[in-house]
Amino acid sequence: MTLWLLVRRSLRQHLLSTLVTALAIALAGGLLMSVWAVKRQAHDTFTGQTGGWDAVLGARGSKLQLVLNAVFHLEASPGNVPWADYLDIGSNRAVSLAVPLAVGDNYRGYRLVGTTTNYFTQSEYAPGKKFAVVAGGRCFEDGYREALLGSFAAQRLGLKLGDEFHPYHGLNFDPNAQHQETYVVVGILEPSNTPADRVVWIPLAGLQNMSGHDPTTAADVSAVLVKLRSPVAGKTLELLYNRQGNRLTFAWPIAEQVAYLFDRFGWFDQVLTLVAWLVALVATGSVLASIYNSMSARRRDLAILRALGARRSTVFGAIVLEAAAIAVLGMAVSYVFYFSVVAVVAAIIRAQTGVVLDPFAWDAVLLWAPAAMVALSAAAGIVPAIKAYGTHVAEGLSPES
Amino acid sequence: MPLLEITDLRKAFTAPDGTAHEVVRIPRFEMDARAQVALSGPSGTGKTTFLHLIAGILVPDSGKLVLDGVEMSALAEPARDRLRATSIGYIFQTFNLLQGFTALENVLLGMSFGPGADRSRAEALLRRVGLGDRLDHFPRQLSTGQQQRIAVARALANRPKLVLADEPTGNLDAANAREALALIRGACAEDGAALLLVSHDPGVLASFDRHASLAEINEASRSPSTVLRSPSA
Repeated sequence: MTLWLLVRRSLRQHLLSTLVTALAIALAGGLLMSVWAVKRQAHDTFTGQTGGWDAVLGARGSKLQLVLNAVFHLEASPGNVPWADYLDIGSNRAVSLAVPLAVGDNYRGYRLVGTTTNYFTQSEYAPGKKFAVVAGGRCFEDGYREALLGSFAAQRLGLKLGDEFHPYHGLNFDPNAQHQETYVVVGILEPSNTPADRVVWIPLAGLQNMSGHDPTTAADVSAVLVKLRSPVAGKTLELLYNRQGNRLTFAWPIAEQVAYLFDRFGWFDQVLTLVAWLVALVATGSVLASIYNSMSARRRDLAILRALGARRSTVFGAIVLEAAAIAVLGMAVSYVFYFSVVAVVAAIIRAQTGVVLDPFAWDAVLLWAPAAMVALSAAAGIVPAIKAYGTHVAEGLSPES
Repeated sequence: MPLLEITDLRKAFTAPDGTAHEVVRIPRFEMDARAQVALSGPSGTGKTTFLHLIAGILVPDSGKLVLDGVEMSALAEPARDRLRATSIGYIFQTFNLLQGFTALENVLLGMSFGPGADRSRAEALLRRVGLGDRLDHFPRQLSTGQQQRIAVARALANRPKLVLADEPTGNLDAANAREALALIRGACAEDGAALLLVSHDPGVLASFDRHASLAEINEASRSPSTVLRSPSA
């Protein structure tokens, strides 16, 4: 009770410095937790984001580029896959489902992807989860200029059922590159929290035959998404396409390619983490400076406490506890910063990739980071506490001039 | 057996030039339980140092100081702190109240280092000194006379054997000084605590049956040999 009363009163007496220091702790703690949680959640979400597919078959080139293009709808396609190769892998006994994709156009920056209806009817983007169309709509029909919009794309483009639009050529929006064809929105997908949400889906033939496209490659596709009957079949197909052949690339398994991307940028994670820790150290240093600078003003109070019978260890403990209490206050507020930062980052990632991070997802950092910040602050409080420990009672009690 | 027994008590301070100034040299001093003694002396005669030595705030260079059968001068600091909290009440000239704490909390804090905080006793003490309606007031919200009463209540909170009062009326006007003195003496008598009060106010001294000049007790205050040379000088 005594220590807690001393700490409460001291915090109140030095209210301004308490609030400023607690705010510094809150910002630093929030930053530390955000960096940590976003890093982990992004890694887990992206590497777990296979769209329900095991592999991607594409033109000879980078496996990572293939995956980014076909699964995340980022990057350009490394090239085209002849229609015969699509038929060939589709008929392979090891493959349970093969779906072709064609890219090359956009509508106001949102990518148009041409595919077949079995992408929506036969595949599961996550175990047990199939794409669903919002009531009143339906999937496009092959042979018609119809579009099925991902939920995020529909929301951002402001398109609704029955609306018509003209696609634009290329993956990047150029107002001067409008195609003549008119597409009508016949359906909008329920949110799947996958990259599919930010795509404008049209029939494969629609994209292949769009005006201005090279008619000699009209039958080609950009990539083929592959679902295997058995995971071990991936090794066989990888040997077939990557080692024995030299025209195509078989990216398998998908998660491994994304993990490779994260590994390549591992140094960036480390830099971010280091910066977050440095900010945390500076914030806890501000606890030290704040309390230490007030020690002269506390000299008399400490001497009075000692004269009343308080032991040196009691005043030492009170100062360390005060430092820890400032950190506790700050870390309580840091959750507000944490959720705000993660929500903003999640919104940016969703807008750029369609992948959704959950700001409210549990992460152990929400527990250990506050504990670490409180421990660091308490450790920082040891320096002024040593000064309090050495308070000279008789000198402190002397009337001040 | 006396409550307080002092034998050959000495205390010197070292000046910045290295010379040691002896401030206290008391061959013998005794006080019985429940006694009320006033000591007089002008500034610089070692009054506060003497009280600090008795309270265990300062450690004597030599000599023996026994309080209630316990040789305080031989105790380690934590034990002295404990003894001070449980057996000694200290009233300071400048009251030395904690400004960030209410009247009640000032008394409770004094208790918490001793036998433990007892809210009902703390409230009763403050009512007894006339501050029953000022429990939650901070010192700055009270008059100097009222602040002195908090100090009195705090000094008596742990039922001490000995109350030390250092110029307790020095910061009060005549009326408040009389009232405070009566309060301190009455409260000590009621609680069975001995009172050792130092003052240079003749009026205060005259009200005590037993009073003495510190100059008579403390040889250091009248001896020309109070400046001691350090061995290297």
